[in-house]
Amino acid sequence: MTGLLSVEGLAKSFAARSRWGAFVGGKSVVRAVDDVSVEIAESETLALVGESGCGKSTTGRLIMRLIEPSAGRIVFEGTDITAASGGALRRARRRIQMVFQDPRSSLSPRRTILQTIAEPLDANGLIRSAVHRRETVAQLLDSVGLSPSVMGRYPHQFSGGQRQRIGIARSIALGPSLIVADEPVSALDVSVQAQIINLMQDLQKERRLSYLFISHDLAVVRHIADRVAVMYLGRIVEIGRKQQVFGAPHHPYTQALLSAAPEARPSRTKKRIVLPGDVPSPSAIPSGCSFRTRCPIAQDICTRERPPLRDVAAGHAAACHFATPNPLGTTVTTP
Amino acid sequence: MTTTADAASEHSERGILAQIAISIARDRVSLFFVIVLVAIALVAILADRIAPFDPIAQSLLSINLPPSPEHWLGTDQFGRDILSRIIYGARTSLLLGTIAPALAAIIGTALGVTAGYFGGWIDRVIGRFLDIFLAFPALLLGILIAAALGAGFWNMVVVLTVAFAPRFARIARASTLSIRSEAFIEAAIASGVRTPAIMLNHILPNIAGSIVVVLTLWVATAIRLEATLSFLGLGTQAPKASWGVIIRDGLGNLFGSPWPIVAAGLSITVTVLAFNMLGDKVRDVLDPEARDE
Repeated sequence: MTGLLSVEGLAKSFAARSRWGAFVGGKSVVRAVDDVSVEIAESETLALVGESGCGKSTTGRLIMRLIEPSAGRIVFEGTDITAASGGALRRARRRIQMVFQDPRSSLSPRRTILQTIAEPLDANGLIRSAVHRRETVAQLLDSVGLSPSVMGRYPHQFSGGQRQRIGIARSIALGPSLIVADEPVSALDVSVQAQIINLMQDLQKERRLSYLFISHDLAVVRHIADRVAVMYLGRIVEIGRKQQVFGAPHHPYTQALLSAAPEARPSRTKKRIVLPGDVPSPSAIPSGCSFRTRCPIAQDICTRERPPLRDVAAGHAAACHFATPNPLGTTVTTP
Repeated sequence: MTTTADAASEHSERGILAQIAISIARDRVSLFFVIVLVAIALVAILADRIAPFDPIAQSLLSINLPPSPEHWLGTDQFGRDILSRIIYGARTSLLLGTIAPALAAIIGTALGVTAGYFGGWIDRVIGRFLDIFLAFPALLLGILIAAALGAGFWNMVVVLTVAFAPRFARIARASTLSIRSEAFIEAAIASGVRTPAIMLNHILPNIAGSIVVVLTLWVATAIRLEATLSFLGLGTQAPKASWGVIIRDGLGNLFGSPWPIVAAGLSITVTVLAFNMLGDKVRDVLDPEARDE
């Protein structure tokens, strides 16, 4: 595998003052992301899935260096960018770009489409003249399926799907090799979601893009991902190729997550696994395996030892002491 | 849709000042108030040419006169022609009423945006510094500084700027905080845009609307404070005229003649109204969403 991006032991903890902290002097530490290691190859889509608050967006922002990692290493295109700053960081960011969840808040309401899409080019001194600027933006608009004539308009004159296309045009302006897409379609109507996903796939083929695709929507992930990483409480609990993770989940959390996703085929009936309790607070992560408080098959060892991410097949790893295919029993029955 | 799109693309080709000028020219009410302000400004500039009398010439034979063909707005208790005093007073009042709030807006916005954007210790240092000034009422602060610096026009500009700037800073900081968390700021950072450019291109356009509106409100306060300071002997000195001074002088002689107060009060009202109406218009132009409606 030619690694485009390699992340090792990435961690981010925030110091949060508890409500009575001012009096008792206690500060709690929120572990948003802990010991995350992933690799993304060229032209590959790695999907990062999990419930809200599991640290998947934080992971994306750490890789973008929009927030500072507490520990770990980020190697991108052979360069360690963990501590890059100033010019070096700016150069790296020309190759890593981001698509945001809310296409309304990610476009400035006071700036025209031309200004918004040209901004990365302006900031990196890649514009030679006003004509060149318009031509470049026209090409970018064209490649995301928008007419170049919309350049002078403002974001509020567009629909959600069109705005996301504009956001994508901005993200490819600098010719990046990796795009961190943070829930790029979850704010959109289902009919529009498919169009945006198809656009992203087309661009991937044309421009040899890699995606870190952050999503909680398993149906979308099933469609776009090459590999899938499942996060729970800031850690990756299972990672593997899409067929492996969806076909034979080895972590009980993955299996429960998959069982909760709606199925498009009514003939396949499946039992939904309902996990007891709520996700613990990231400021009070359980000892040992962080999933044990909700795990139907937890044993004593799960309290004592944190299970490492162990290979269960080639390119497929799960962090569970009892990693077997479908650890919670078969849930899909085909009549 | 096509017309708004055409209008929008037409807008974007021009600078923001040109956009404001076009929008005002297309709106009759705004145009009227522009003409009013230009007229007042011309009166102030050409005061020595158009004033019918010397504004400080006293005449004990003609005190407290009502309006007449000779004295259009009557005379005050020293027999001075009120119209002439209003015309000369426009110089001080208009100049001070615009320069001081404008300076305060620039300094305050810079401080507020810096505090709100960076947060952390920078925010705390600027915040405490502003709190010191905000702890005093504008008038008390004005008296303190004027007493230290002495009277005079430019000292009054300093006084009012220092008194007003923290108020702008607070609004700018609060607005910046809400804009700072928007995803387009993150997008700009991720695109490699430098911090000053983010402040200038993203923060400022999004907070300019509220700053402009507040600015027009403080114009009235500046004119009023100048009057108070002058009354206390810290502003415009005795025989010279400003609208505030005319009101203060007239107040003691309200039953002798109400005309000085009526004339100066109307002058202030019209000026402030014109500034407020134009401020509203400018805010609308700065907001592309409001512009389309």
